[in-house]
Amino acid sequence: MDFQPDIFVEALTSRALLQGVQVTIALTIVAMIAGLALGLLVALMRDHSSPLLRGVAWTYVWLFRGIPTLVLLLFVWNALPQLFPALKERWFSQFIAASIALSVNEAAYAAEIIRGGLLSVDEGQRVAARAIGLSPTKVFTKVIAPQVVRVTIPPLSNDFITMLKITSLAAFISLQELLSLTRTAVALNFRFAEYYAAAAIYYLVLVTILMVVQAWVERRFRWISQRAGGRSAAELVRQLAPMR
Amino acid sequence: MSEPLPVGHLLDEAILGEAVAAEAPSTAEYVLEAVSLHKRYGPTEVLRGLTFGVHRGDVKAILGPSGSGKSTLLRCLALLEPVDQGEVRIEGRRVGVREVGRGRLVPLPERVLAKERTEIGMVFQRFNLFPHLTALGNVMLGLVEVRGRRRAEARDIAGAMLERVGLAERRDFYPSELSGGQQQRVAIARALVMNPKVMLFDEPTSALDPELVGEVLAVMEELAREGMTMVAVTHELGFAQRAAHRVIMMDAGVILEEGAPEEILVRPTHERTRRFIDAVG
Repeated sequence: MDFQPDIFVEALTSRALLQGVQVTIALTIVAMIAGLALGLLVALMRDHSSPLLRGVAWTYVWLFRGIPTLVLLLFVWNALPQLFPALKERWFSQFIAASIALSVNEAAYAAEIIRGGLLSVDEGQRVAARAIGLSPTKVFTKVIAPQVVRVTIPPLSNDFITMLKITSLAAFISLQELLSLTRTAVALNFRFAEYYAAAAIYYLVLVTILMVVQAWVERRFRWISQRAGGRSAAELVRQLAPMR
Repeated sequence: MSEPLPVGHLLDEAILGEAVAAEAPSTAEYVLEAVSLHKRYGPTEVLRGLTFGVHRGDVKAILGPSGSGKSTLLRCLALLEPVDQGEVRIEGRRVGVREVGRGRLVPLPERVLAKERTEIGMVFQRFNLFPHLTALGNVMLGLVEVRGRRRAEARDIAGAMLERVGLAERRDFYPSELSGGQQQRVAIARALVMNPKVMLFDEPTSALDPELVGEVLAVMEELAREGMTMVAVTHELGFAQRAAHRVIMMDAGVILEEGAPEEILVRPTHERTRRFIDAVG
């Protein structure tokens, strides 16, 4: 079997892969944040009292969840400048194109997840929040939103992991992200196994980081008092004490 | 009933601020008043021209079969639902609507309604505590976000209020870690801490295990003793007997009869009331 560990280590520490992973991280973060913000907006529109807004939101999800991400990516990068000459300028980079395509795509999924979260909050919560005199904005930010966050963490994390991996599609528009730079390196040295293995390791590390963040956020939203935990532990010790 | 509950003095000016909204009984004016309220949900008219009022310090218990419009009445009084026709008045002042030229009335925007609601405290059947906040956090929220109190100050006030309802040791617990009775007492503290002019209770003990009913009623009875103006929808005839000044029997969206507890509970004039009391009691 031809797998040279030293080349694998060289690949792992190569400048190209390190640069590529930085672009991958940046693209993931941008698409995550923009996708979430846009997704929240679409989710709120989905159950709005205005039929027009509801229609717009429904169409958005239908459209951008339906179009394959790669098609969307190529459309934004290649087709949009043809339609809008202003996008032929230098500022319209591959990174911007990929950010737009992935954000728009992510928002369609996030919108459905957030909408599910909004529907899961008991109606009594809104009523109780209004009853103590909270303004509509504060009913949402102080009472509804934290409960939506809690239920949407697992599905959103899942979604972010998918999205992180999908950033590799940006290699098709020559964005110099992890996969793209790995392929460039391989084209020169033909060490497929070592370099693709190294790229895979990078993706795994990034996904692991997301999972750690997810676990941390989930713990913060568990809503169990420290004292209750500590007390029961102390009680347990007290119960066990006579047995010794 | 489990252990006797140490309920403290609830309407304390030191906790609630300058003037406690509930004061000695007076017959001068209604604190809260409903004038020929109509409310319909789709094809069904739930309130059909209902009129009643509570004086300062009054405690009124509302009885009635399910579907008679009791909860809807409370929600309209708490300005949580707009009425189709009729008026809700707080201290004689019409609330919930504003005039837009030539006497046409429209519901106030939610932001303005929110301010008017702070004068009315509401306790729900299913507690509706905010699960992401501790008992203390639940009681503090209105003080900080509505009254604009500083957090440290709000913490002291909320802590004192929780102590009065017998939950000083549970202040840092989340709702999921509290019994139903404890949750409902937190909910009462949450409403009370806003120093409302009236407290509305919507079947506050109906969702509780029988052994937990007593601790909630103890808090409510203490409130009644201290002169809080209260309207309670309840099936607890014992509470109505002990704490209420007046008992109202509702049926099909109107008030069937109203009177002193001993009249309504012991010698109801309407056959409908008598059957209801037999069924509940």
